[in-house]
Amino acid sequence: MEAISGAHPSPLVALVGNPNCGKTALFNILTGSRQKVANYAGVTVERKEGALLTPSGARVRILDLPGAYSLDALTPDEQVTADVLLGRRAGESAPDFVVCVTDATNLRQNLRLVLSLKRLGLPMVVALNMTDIARRKGIVIDTERLARELGVPVVETVGVKTSGAKRLIEMLDSAAIPARTAAAFDWRTPTSADIELDQAEVRRILGAVGGDRIDGVTFSDRLDAVVLHPVAGPLILGAILFLVFQAVFAWAQVPMDAIKAGVDALAGWLGQALPQSLLKGLLVDGVLAGVGSVFVFLPQIIILFFFILLLEDSGYLPRAAFLLDRLMGSVGLSGRAFIPLLSSFACAIPGIMATRTIQNPRDRLATIMIAPLMTCSARLPVYALIIGAFIPRRTMWGVLQLQGLVLFVLYLVGIASAMAVAYVLKRAGTAARVQALMLELPAYHWPNLRNLAIGLWQRVEIFLSRVGTIILALMVILWALSSFPAPPPGATGPAIEYSVAGYLGSWLAVIFKPIGFNWQISIALVPGLAAREVAVGALGTVYALSATGQNVSGALTPLISHSWSLPTALSLLAWYVFAPQCLSTLATVKRETNSWRYPLIMAGYLFALAYLGSFVTFRLATALSNIG
Amino acid sequence: MGTILIYTWGMKLTDLKTGTTAHVVSVVPGVDGTAPLEMMRRLAELGFLPGEAVRVVARGLLSRDPIAVRIGTGTFALRLFEAACIRVRPEQTLPG
Repeated sequence: MEAISGAHPSPLVALVGNPNCGKTALFNILTGSRQKVANYAGVTVERKEGALLTPSGARVRILDLPGAYSLDALTPDEQVTADVLLGRRAGESAPDFVVCVTDATNLRQNLRLVLSLKRLGLPMVVALNMTDIARRKGIVIDTERLARELGVPVVETVGVKTSGAKRLIEMLDSAAIPARTAAAFDWRTPTSADIELDQAEVRRILGAVGGDRIDGVTFSDRLDAVVLHPVAGPLILGAILFLVFQAVFAWAQVPMDAIKAGVDALAGWLGQALPQSLLKGLLVDGVLAGVGSVFVFLPQIIILFFFILLLEDSGYLPRAAFLLDRLMGSVGLSGRAFIPLLSSFACAIPGIMATRTIQNPRDRLATIMIAPLMTCSARLPVYALIIGAFIPRRTMWGVLQLQGLVLFVLYLVGIASAMAVAYVLKRAGTAARVQALMLELPAYHWPNLRNLAIGLWQRVEIFLSRVGTIILALMVILWALSSFPAPPPGATGPAIEYSVAGYLGSWLAVIFKPIGFNWQISIALVPGLAAREVAVGALGTVYALSATGQNVSGALTPLISHSWSLPTALSLLAWYVFAPQCLSTLATVKRETNSWRYPLIMAGYLFALAYLGSFVTFRLATALSNIG
Repeated sequence: MGTILIYTWGMKLTDLKTGTTAHVVSVVPGVDGTAPLEMMRRLAELGFLPGEAVRVVARGLLSRDPIAVRIGTGTFALRLFEAACIRVRPEQTLPG
């Protein structure tokens, strides 16, 4: 045993299957990972590796691959799968063993891939996944017969249950996974005739094993009749999005107040307990004022992601893509651009990576370029801070919250500008062919609570680790820059005005004065390039240090509502609609496009749009307030 | 002549009434014969293969684009130019 594991590298097992058949859910069970799963095609866009320790103690490397309808890849994500299986991937030989994951409720489509995988000659097993749903639908499949007909072993699995992969694990343990051999690949791009022959074979097999029930009108169909209805559909979509933004403000107030009170109490206690010193300044003005003012937005971020995860898990997202396809098509975007763009509401980085599911390279590039205009969750604290300070908490017509409405409008402005930029890109490019859609609309299912809880917890972890690392570090640096050098003796203004940050801010303020930003805002924009939320924390620190005498930590909202004019606040909101990308997004664009050209163009055009947007907003608002 | 063509090659999927079940007859290179081969092959790979049951589930608002199509046990959203490549024959209710 030991000799074997010592002599040979651990066997490599690849999970392969149609999109959205539950490969990643199985991968998570097998390896104890927590990769993202959701009910739409194209969640996994890259190769992910994990390890399984079988009951007998053998170590097996498990590979999760993007879903593919066939080995004849059309999109970058499918190419990954085809390359791995055909052993074409640089520095990696083909897997030793293939687990072909199939959706038991959709074998009619899934078995064709099984047949073409069989032709590769790699040892394989078929995992009949989602057998719980199949059973509920009354689909009975003779597993033994299926194994005989296919000539490969078949095991039943349930990807959403922790015990659902027991049989598969036993199989991987006992299957005496053969040592790597130079497999003879018998693969060529299939013709339509080949596919038709395979389908005839699939029909024959399904006839023999059962499970070939084509439902009449299913529950999903009845729901789709309403959700995809030409009139009711868009209304429902609008109502859902609107509800989300209302909830972000309406539900978050109580926990936010509690966090704010906690931070204030801590600052007050530290202020009393510590002697006047540099350390006290760092802790109260740097860490608490900065980090605390970002941390307070955690409840809003949780609420936003709660809804996003709910929509992802239920299967509604591809329906939204269906409803908006006309709009996307009219500005020259592929219908497949919808899901990457929607992911960008969480963060532009996964959104940009998700463009790998887009077939046409030009189309993919256009989607990458507009992804940052989708309002990412890191901008939420900036919006929420300014809205909280300048937009009254008023309820309109009994149900509408004004603050939630303004937030909704800001998101809409982002979307509208993205569409406008896409349109310009389309006009600037050569006459484009009509773009393909071919988007699978999976059956609806109830969101899995465990999945939802894990997803939410991951967002909390990401947020907290950002607060605890990058934001904290930047706050400390900013505090230092804002505190040194110390003011000369006899100085009258706050110390920060004589510091490095103060000087830097006053230079930057020259550039930003025409759009209404004061030097405090100008200084906060710089660390905001590393992570958007830092702009809020930076304002917290800068204002804490600008105030003379009293302790203002945590009370950023009243401070800015007193010291900024409304046109300045609106101008800053407009700035963050377009705000030049954070550096990690630009780095992702560089990696995905393999060139510096596009990240530079992106940063340039976003900066220009932001400056222009803020300039117009500031001038208009100033003119209007003068009239008023 | 039109009738004969429809009988031989089937009608365009885009002309199928919403909710009516039909069977795929063939996938052709679009209305003007210009659909790329890879697109036709991809439609086949998604399951649009001769003999498979097909039904239009829903249509978009403006110019009825895109359409949601049930094929076998799956559902796909297709833009009209894609769906126009698919020729179908409505299910016949034969007596007896």
